[in-house]
Amino acid sequence: MDPLIFKIILVLVMFLVSLGIAAYSTYAERKVAAFLQDRIGPDRAGPFGLLQPIADGVKMFLKEEIIPNVSDKWLFILGPSMFMVTALMTSAIIPWGMPLEIGGTKFNLQVADINIGVLYIMGVLSLGVYGIMIGGWASNNKYALLGAIRASSQMISYELAMGMSIISILLISNGSLSLNAIVDGQKEWHWNILYQPVGFIIFIICAFAEANRTPFDLPESESELIGGYHTEYSSMKLGLFLFAEYINMFISSAMIASLYFGGYNFPGLEYLSTVLPNNVVSFISVGALFTKIFFFIFVFMWVRWTIPRFRYDQLMRLGWQVLLPLSIINMLVTGGILTIFN
Amino acid sequence: MSSQLIFYILSALSIVSALFVVFSRSPIYSVLSLIVCFFSIAGHYVMLNAQFLAIVHIIVYAGAIMVLMLFTVMLLNLNKSTEPHKTNLTKIMAIVSGGLLMLTLLASIKAEKLGVYKAPEVSDIGYVQNVGMKLFTDFLLPFEISSVLFVSAMIAAVVLAKKERN
Repeated sequence: MDPLIFKIILVLVMFLVSLGIAAYSTYAERKVAAFLQDRIGPDRAGPFGLLQPIADGVKMFLKEEIIPNVSDKWLFILGPSMFMVTALMTSAIIPWGMPLEIGGTKFNLQVADINIGVLYIMGVLSLGVYGIMIGGWASNNKYALLGAIRASSQMISYELAMGMSIISILLISNGSLSLNAIVDGQKEWHWNILYQPVGFIIFIICAFAEANRTPFDLPESESELIGGYHTEYSSMKLGLFLFAEYINMFISSAMIASLYFGGYNFPGLEYLSTVLPNNVVSFISVGALFTKIFFFIFVFMWVRWTIPRFRYDQLMRLGWQVLLPLSIINMLVTGGILTIFN
Repeated sequence: MSSQLIFYILSALSIVSALFVVFSRSPIYSVLSLIVCFFSIAGHYVMLNAQFLAIVHIIVYAGAIMVLMLFTVMLLNLNKSTEPHKTNLTKIMAIVSGGLLMLTLLASIKAEKLGVYKAPEVSDIGYVQNVGMKLFTDFLLPFEISSVLFVSAMIAAVVLAKKERN
């Protein structure tokens, strides 16, 4: 098979998987919320309410589409589209599993193995803020603008600490920026979480802030800003905003799993690859990665329904005065230990 | 030939978006087309095999600086109805400074050798390791001086912000 055709198939599969997981994350979110609040949750559409995401999707599509008269029409449409596109772009560089073997040639389960992998993630993350900003401004509504400004300042602030904690990861993984190499360096149980516990805590807090999830969901805090940046949106444009947030959550979980929890590696994978055929091992490794991803999606939801929202000044203080210095100290300590022991 | 085609598309995109930055009536559209322009320039970096430069260009310019620009434009809420009336003096000053910039550009173009420009052989200088090695060996002094410059800018910003409060 031509490598290009394989890549195109992989892109399509990842696209559909991202959308599918995002759709069922909405269902899982409601079920987790119900579980944590001792309720039943959605159970009307299909067995256990499993068809609920489809019902929600149909509802979103059929709702009346309203574009405010005072808004900037093109930017109003551009906002949610950009947010969705940037959310979907990130999955391109995540290695999803061991290479597949088709007709004697090996195919990496990764769309693009670029040598700047981690920086690509940072770049796309920093672009994600444009969708919110453009959408919030184009609505011509002060609540939407306030939400957009909160979102962007929050994202800029937490990106720094996130980048610093990624630098510590790069220090211990042979200095390669490629995600494939980082995951490859965490074979068996040598997961980065064991060497970088502080970095992991910083990274996961920043991931919450970047995905605009509670306790950092100030951009859309409904009790003060109505709906934040998507106040004026209706129908599928609102759907795109909400949906992209779940895709971001999925990708953040995939990043956490790849950077700190060994990606598709798990103890015993080396042994399995000697006894089982290559493609079976490949599928098992994909399964291992997705188990980790689903666990972190659950953590995202667990936190959302447990911890109340921060105040805005608390959010900024945490980002600039706690996480950023902590991540710099973490980087210096990691570098110091590496210099002493090598 | 496909790389040549990509080059032409990228160049057209960067020139058109750069023109749009200048000629657009609305400042928001100016900022957005400047972002498009940065992206096409990053595309040129990738064509020159400098992936690291390209992504840093996007992170720093498109991801941080332009967000702040957009911020400012949105908060000021500039549009036609609130556009301040400019006096003749400002117009004359604008013409003079624009003319000076034009003069500098013309002089630098004249100093440059005109003709067919040959791109350097595609090398791996743009990779992270090689850029890092260069920065910390051959260009150590300029690198450190520019970081001092950034620190001084940060301190200045903090001092100004503190002064405002008192």
